Amino acid sequence: MMNLKDILSPFSAWRNLLKEPVTIKDPLTERPGAPRYRGFHKNDIEKCIGCGTCETICENEAIDLVAVANVDTKNGDSGLRPLVDYGRCCWCALCVDVCTTGSLTMSNEYTWVSNDPEDFRYIPGVDKKEWDNNDLGWKKPDYTLIPTERMDMEEMEPSEREGTFLEIVRGYSRAQAEKEADRCTECGLCVATCPAHMDIPGYIRAVREGDMEEGLRLLYETNPLPEICGRVCTHRCEEVCAVGHSGDPLAIRWLKRYIADQVPFEEYKRILGITSIEENGKKVGIIGAGPSGLSAAYYLRIRGFEVTIYEAKSKGGGMTMYGIPKYRLPMNMLESEIGFLEEIGVKFVYETRVGEDISFDEIYKKHDAVFVGIGFEKPYKINIKGEEQKGALQAISFLDDINKGKKVDIGKKVAIVGGGNVAMDAARVARRLGAEVYMLYRRRVEDMPADSEEIHGAYEEGVQIIPQTIPVEIIGEGGKVKSIQYLMAEMVPDEKGGRPKPVPIEGSEQVLEIDTLIGAIGQEADYGFLPQEYLDKIETNRGRMLVDNNNKTTLDKVYAGGDAVNKTADAISAIADGHRAADAIERMLLV
Amino acid sequence: MFHWTPDRSAFPTAGPDGKFDFDSHKLVKIWHGPNHPGVTGNMSLELTISGDEVLESKTHVGYLHRGFEKLYERRTWIQCFPTVVRMCVPESDSNEYNLSAGIEELAGIEIPEMAKWLRTLVLEMSRLQALLRIVPAQGGTVGLGLGVQWGVYLRDLILDRFEELTGGRIYHMYMIPGGVRGLLPDGFKERLEENLILVDEFVLSIKRLMLDNAVFKKRTVGIAHIPVEWIDKYGIVGFVARGAGVKKDVRLDYPYLAYDQLDFDPAISTDSDIYARTWIRWNDIITTVDLLRQIMAKMPKKGEFKAPTPNVLHWQVPKGEVYVRSESSRGEYGFYIVSDGSKYPRRINLRGPSYTHAVSLLEKMLVNSNISDIAATMVSLQTCPPEIER
Repeated sequence: MMNLKDILSPFSAWRNLLKEPVTIKDPLTERPGAPRYRGFHKNDIEKCIGCGTCETICENEAIDLVAVANVDTKNGDSGLRPLVDYGRCCWCALCVDVCTTGSLTMSNEYTWVSNDPEDFRYIPGVDKKEWDNNDLGWKKPDYTLIPTERMDMEEMEPSEREGTFLEIVRGYSRAQAEKEADRCTECGLCVATCPAHMDIPGYIRAVREGDMEEGLRLLYETNPLPEICGRVCTHRCEEVCAVGHSGDPLAIRWLKRYIADQVPFEEYKRILGITSIEENGKKVGIIGAGPSGLSAAYYLRIRGFEVTIYEAKSKGGGMTMYGIPKYRLPMNMLESEIGFLEEIGVKFVYETRVGEDISFDEIYKKHDAVFVGIGFEKPYKINIKGEEQKGALQAISFLDDINKGKKVDIGKKVAIVGGGNVAMDAARVARRLGAEVYMLYRRRVEDMPADSEEIHGAYEEGVQIIPQTIPVEIIGEGGKVKSIQYLMAEMVPDEKGGRPKPVPIEGSEQVLEIDTLIGAIGQEADYGFLPQEYLDKIETNRGRMLVDNNNKTTLDKVYAGGDAVNKTADAISAIADGHRAADAIERMLLV
Repeated sequence: MFHWTPDRSAFPTAGPDGKFDFDSHKLVKIWHGPNHPGVTGNMSLELTISGDEVLESKTHVGYLHRGFEKLYERRTWIQCFPTVVRMCVPESDSNEYNLSAGIEELAGIEIPEMAKWLRTLVLEMSRLQALLRIVPAQGGTVGLGLGVQWGVYLRDLILDRFEELTGGRIYHMYMIPGGVRGLLPDGFKERLEENLILVDEFVLSIKRLMLDNAVFKKRTVGIAHIPVEWIDKYGIVGFVARGAGVKKDVRLDYPYLAYDQLDFDPAISTDSDIYARTWIRWNDIITTVDLLRQIMAKMPKKGEFKAPTPNVLHWQVPKGEVYVRSESSRGEYGFYIVSDGSKYPRRINLRGPSYTHAVSLLEKMLVNSNISDIAATMVSLQTCPPEIER
């Protein structure tokens, strides 16, 4: 098989002598990496939110989130930034692919010489590198490692909503809830933003793992009213959700609701381990059975305090009971949660208005500590001519009447003045009563303080929003409201840098025929129940009580929370206040 | 032509029963490797020799200190993705494919058509770069280093294509569970075709330099013969089996990805020696180049390249077990994957060809062979120690 050809054939390689060499003569000549090359990390620190998902996915633990100068912790930003350790990195770029904001990228640079080993641990974007402005390199590709689309929530069709107060939102099924819970990155930015600092990643994990009892325990650690918050919370957590930067934020509120809905109330005591409470002999009086009062009551009661809640109305729940329409929060949910508090031994004294039926002085002297959660009950007047006539209502009392089951005749055409959540509630309730509803708001729709989903819901249900309108006069006939006159406004930028201000346009008067006018421009606290000697000691600012970090007022052993203290005017802040005050009362009386 | 037989009369001889006395202190024990240019990677052969003849060989691994398979029990599924590639350095893509395909099978995910073609393309490119390195290296084991220089240059060009497609040269980490991580860059096909034209020339050059070389033939023809009966007995796969006349190729036997839409017929021989195995792999280069051209012509122009998956951070792959296989340049390359339904794999076990080829088969083949043929024998099995010790 061997022949002469086999001896001569290899010599054909000599012809390569005539070819150009393929190697680079100068070994230092730089060769650029491919446009997609996974080179050294870059990070846009303005865009980065420090969610740490890059750190979570890194299998080599090459990424650490560290505090850096000039980046402050704020809502939706942990203030931390990734530090990359090139002694551990394997350049797989999963950190880039999973980055929720797309801030983390890689340059196509691939040579880097330094004599100091410490140099190879650096914070991209903070420690300046020569490749920082290099546009080429690996970027987040057009695919997702974390699903970006939110699980749709089934809702009652807008056309079916007229004439009924049945709950609109139907809630997730198990499969839907688990799929939604799967999207969480467990970054915890939501925990920092939630006023009550609920363990959101924890209870979402419980949903994912189908462990509802653990989920309920986690909810009650920081929030004893999950049924309420699962429905009507302002969910600021969702605004900062890391996943929301590349898609829809997690439906955190609906997942909370899902957990609370899965566990029957009868099981609560067993699951939460409140089978027996060791009394400590201390007494705490709570004024107002709103969310802050209920929250304080729960955390004090489970620690052995004797808790009595004084409530002017016939039912507990405060604004959540009387202010929130039942299509958002069914009555039985509230009643069951309050029932659970009664079951563990919280005493409720209903229909007892402090200052009338019982004096504040008596409560103050009878208890070792007092918690004031009186809320904002007194509505602001619009302060225009004709407001005293029949048919000019206040949203708070209107909603209260409806929730109590009273019949309210609002006629066929209703105008709501205001653009907050209360205004939205009033408008949507009026639509359910069959009226044609107009909403007059001073500024633009995008300036409305109401939640966007409320605005969306109002639109869906046929509420007609007329923005940039300033009511001038309510015109009546025979002592009854007949129409409202208003001026159109133009938005003038604020020189001080604040929100643009509405300025009436002269001669733009419009008249709208109406049967009922509902004012919803805000409320304030009513301190009429406090005797002067106490009132002098409790400092207030713009109608709100001043409290310290422990929610203690300037009056000895008196704590306060809820709308009468904080500006956010939502249930979750009130619940957080109650919890904080309960902790402080425990420290004051027991430690 | 050239014939020289050393004087072996002074060597220790076997006893009357035909067996050597290993305790006689007359036999020499030497270690071939781990730091030996003739050893393909970090392993060593413990040889007992009589003169220049091998009486016994034992394969030793353990120089890599890795334990990937154990590591995977502590990694989430997605965290296995960057490390599986390291189980076989010269041909990392089979690992990526097997892991992804295994997870997809367990989770019931169908990958998009585009991803199938891109994966096929990458697997063939990977085979090409492995062969460009190993075929001339067979010459290197008998002192013919020139082909290696040519092969490494061409392999670098293929790695350039990998770099622009996947962002990496060696560890591509391109096939992610659900699909791939990107589409072809603009002008990729043209640049790959330019490289393939050079490979066409290389194929002819290497034939003249190596396959039609009297010295190479003298050193490889009839050496390290594997009888056909051993094929099943030792679990021999791929080109080694094809060298002995048994046509084994996962791409044909169990078609996956887009292979059922491609036309190819891998070479086969019955000589079953080093020369035959080199010739087959030389033919495989031709087949692969042809396949790459077919893929580029047939693959869709655009389309989705990744199917949606659950959140990878806590993906609980459904409970079950699966064996996935693909054809690497060395033969059947399989992953046995077990999931207990948790966030972490219960077991990811690699069944690579080197385990059988370089341990049980090589130990058997080397008995009565000459020391000078050991390197050529190892390379003719294309052993990859990282794949044994994973």
